[in-house]
Parts: sequence; structure tokens; C-alpha cells
Amino acid sequence: AAAGLCPCRALLGGRRGALRALVRPARGLAAAKETHFGFQTVSEEEKGEKVYQVFENVAKKYDIMNDSMSLGIHRVWKDVLVHKMNPSPGTLLLDVAGGTGDIAFRFINYVRSIRERQLQQKLKHHQNLSWQEIADSYQKEAVKPLGDSQVVVCDINKEMLKVGRQKAQHLGYSEGLSWVVGNAEELPFDDDKFDVYTIAFGIRNVTHIDMALQEAYRVLKPGGRFLCLEFSQVTNPLLSRLYDLYSFQIIPVLGEIIAGDWKSYQYLVESIRRFPPQEEFKAMIEDAGFLKVDYQNLTSGIVAIHSGFKL
Amino acid sequence: HPGAGGSRSPGPRALSAGAVRPRHAGRRAAAEDGAAEEQEGCCQLYPGHIPTSPLQKALLAAGSAAMALYDPYRHDMVAVLGETTGCLVLPNLRDKMKHDPEGYRILRERPRIRLSTLDVNRLRGLPDGTLGREYTRFLEDNKVSPDTRMPAKFVDDEELAYVIQRYREVHDLMHTLLGMPTNMLGEVVVKWFEAIQTGLPMCVLGAAFGPVRLNARKLRVLTTELIPWAIQSGRNANCILNIYYERRWEQTVESLREEIGIFSPP
Repeated sequence: AAAGLCPCRALLGGRRGALRALVRPARGLAAAKETHFGFQTVSEEEKGEKVYQVFENVAKKYDIMNDSMSLGIHRVWKDVLVHKMNPSPGTLLLDVAGGTGDIAFRFINYVRSIRERQLQQKLKHHQNLSWQEIADSYQKEAVKPLGDSQVVVCDINKEMLKVGRQKAQHLGYSEGLSWVVGNAEELPFDDDKFDVYTIAFGIRNVTHIDMALQEAYRVLKPGGRFLCLEFSQVTNPLLSRLYDLYSFQIIPVLGEIIAGDWKSYQYLVESIRRFPPQEEFKAMIEDAGFLKVDYQNLTSGIVAIHSGFKL
Repeated sequence: HPGAGGSRSPGPRALSAGAVRPRHAGRRAAAEDGAAEEQEGCCQLYPGHIPTSPLQKALLAAGSAAMALYDPYRHDMVAVLGETTGCLVLPNLRDKMKHDPEGYRILRERPRIRLSTLDVNRLRGLPDGTLGREYTRFLEDNKVSPDTRMPAKFVDDEELAYVIQRYREVHDLMHTLLGMPTNMLGEVVVKWFEAIQTGLPMCVLGAAFGPVRLNARKLRVLTTELIPWAIQSGRNANCILNIYYERRWEQTVESLREEIGIFSPP
């Protein structure tokens, strides 16, 4: 019965909502600054707290929910991000909002395989040396499986970092990995430090996206690269409707069944709708000072990878 | 079916479709916000209520049933199953309560069984054999608390949400009256009794599928002694939701059993 009533109420609600939107700015001058939390309106301070709670609640089931909701496709998206990054050994990566470590682990795997190939090439060149000379060369330099590459995983949420550290231990990642608690709007790092800055599925949860972009610009070295993997606007209208149907009907149900948490996943699908579309986000990145900003749509725009350089 | 889930997106999107994208996100957000807020406001009938479309209810019912079987410790899944499948049966239960003087009083006064409202020390001090004493003994022996009951989320009627909440809170008292512990065997027996009493599909499913996880010896005891007794008692007894338990702590369990019509446990 409630479902049947809703469309009519929504029509009326639209008009009332518009009136409320006119009234709200006047009220807002006296009250704290407001922002969105999914489809709700909250104060900026509240948003930070609510987002923290969401990720605190979902941390343990985060990975399994990602697999269920995206049918495993999120792994492909993250692989594409790291391939696009194409890091060489010696790269220093900062992965912000990197909680459970998905990007960090892929980075390490990628660099490790490049390094292995490098070492193999070197061996081939050494084939004409004598046994003694080859043995000496081993002692001269340590093998360094990562080749001095490092990744710093920074996240505001301690629970997510905890899950990430446990995962790292479980999967056998130890060197080249650091876990730091930090806020994307105010990073605990010095200027001009990192070669690459990534933020995967994190920036839409930040209260002040422009501040996060400015911080990204600050901590990158000159010549450094900014990469953002985030949900975006679907270009195809038919797919868009299917995607909306799937997002609003299925995903909260999955959240309730698998994680026992409807509201967090309701927030998730709503926050995706609130995030600026590709071109608008590109403009925001340019505003922060990045150059050669571009984006690549994946899966018809369900996600997009934005890239920019500090030059 | 363009119900609750569908009305959230097409409306706001229709308003913003075709408009210039940059700088429009703010207006689009406000319009969406208005429509969604209105919808949340009108459809949220009680605190904790999550409005759901028929499709979502069906998916929840199927998913919660599967998850409850897979992981019996997910009590929240049993609760969700009860809410999503109970829509046909709950009105009957509510009417049964309305037609009974004590049940009608419960519906009006809406008592809740919670540690904050119960005076546990006083109940513990009551003589052995009374409802209050046996109930507290049951809570202590099985290390359970009445506060762990999930509030109703997916029932689309405020009074029916209370009915199912009352059923959940009375469940522990059922254990006490039937003398069944909270192990798998005891729970199955109580489910059989409740299935006969309430007709809730969740109880029927629990009664039917619960025994799957029992070993052969327990199954034998279950089928030969416990289930027949549970069915007979269930049929004979008055509606268990019509008893104002909070006013009967001093009554002995025996006399309460006789009054309701539950036979002595084997």
C-alpha cells in the first residue's frame, strides 16, 4: 500500500521540496554550513562523523560486499587503474582512502613483476661473464625485490586500516608497505613527496573535495601524477535505468543480507548519485592546479579514471 | 513495478535531464533531496522503518531464508524473514488481539519487555515456580537478554510492527512456559508451537527446516515426543500474544500453563 501511495506523494513532494530549497539558504546563514549525506542534508561536521560510522560498520565485510555488488568487476577496474599508472620500480605511491589495501597490493604485485623482468634481463646480459664475476655481482647489490618502491596507505578510518593490515599479513605483503591514519583534506605529509597519488572510491565520501584535490597537488612531486578511480555518470540511457534499478533495488538488499546493514549501502548508492559527473570533476581537478587532466570511462561510465599531472 | 524504489530516481532525473551539467549538480541535488526527503518522511511510519518495494521484500525474503540456513547465528536474518513474509498473517494476529480484552489492552498500552523496564532483582526474589523467577532463571542459564531482539524494519504498518515486536519479545517467555532451552532442539520445538499458534511463515519455515541440523538421536526424540506435544499444546492453547505477561510475574508457571492451555512438557 505504501509503495502505491509513494509516486503521488513524490509529485507533491517535488513542489514542496522546491519551496523548501528556497527557504533553506536563509536558514543556512545562521546555522552551520550544510552538505549532503546521500540524499539527506546534514551539517558538514555531521557528514564526516556519519561517513566514519558507515565505514566503521562495513569494514569487516567491505571486500565481500564489493565482490557481491559488482560481481567481481571492481577487481578489473582496480587492475586497469594500476596498469594505467604503469609504475616503475622506485616509485613512491600514496594511496589515500586506501583502507583495505586493494590498490596497494596491486601496486606491489605490478612493481614486483616489472622488477623480476628487469633482473631477468640483467641476467641475460651477464651470460658472457665468468662464474666469479656473476657471484661478485650478487654481493655488490642486494636483490631488492621491489626496487625501492614504496606505498603509503592513508585512511581516515582506523577500522578499514585494521582490516587492510590483517589482509596484508594474511596475503604475505610486508615490505614497502606503510599504514597511516590521515584525513584527505589535511594530509600528514610534507610538500612534494610522492610520485603518484591515488584515491580509489574514496573521494566521493570526502566533505570538501576541493580541499582533498589541493592536498593531492601539495604532496605530489613536480611531475607527479594524480589518479582517481570513482563512480561516475553512465552515458547510455538504457544502461542508466538498469543501473539505477540495480543500485536502488538490489544493493541495499545485498547489504542487509550479507552485512546486516541496509542503511550504509543505501548511503553508498545515494552518494554515487551526488558525485559530480566526469566533465565537472575534471574541471575541479584543473582548478586545483593539475595539468593535462583527462578521464577514461570504464563499463560505460559506471566508473571513471581521472588523471592529472603536477607540472 | 515502479514502486518505492523507482519513484526515487526518475522524478529528480527528469527535472535535471537536458539541463546544462556543470553547476547543475547543486539544483539537481536539492530537487532530489526534496523528493527523497518527502518520500522518506511520508513512508517512514515508525522509527527504524525502512520502506521497501515488493521486489525488495521478495529478494529480502529469499536472501534472508538462504542466509539463515547457511549461518544459523544470523538472528537478524530470521527476523527479516519474519517481517517480509508475515504481511498476510500479521493482520490476523492483530485482529485476534483486538477481539480479546487482555490482547486489546496490550495493543493500547504497548508494553515492551526490556532490561530497563523489568525489575530483574524483584523477579529473581520471587518464589520458585513463579513466572518471574523461572523467566530470570531462563535468562541467566542460557545467557540471553531481552534487549537483543531486533526492532522491526520492513513492516509497512505501525501497529503490525508492534505486533511482530511483541511476538519477538514474548519468544523468551515461550521458552520458559514450554520449558525448552535455547539449543537447536529447544528452538525447533518452540518454533513448532509458535507455528501452530501464530501461523507466521517464518515459524513454519523454521519448524520445517530447523531439524535439518539435528543429529539422528535428537531427531528421534523430536519427532516421537516433542513435536506431537508442541502441536497439541499449540492447538489447545489460547493465543499467546493475548496474555499480559508483565502483570503476571507472581503467577506460577503451572497455573499459567493451565490457564493458557499448554500441556505439561514431556
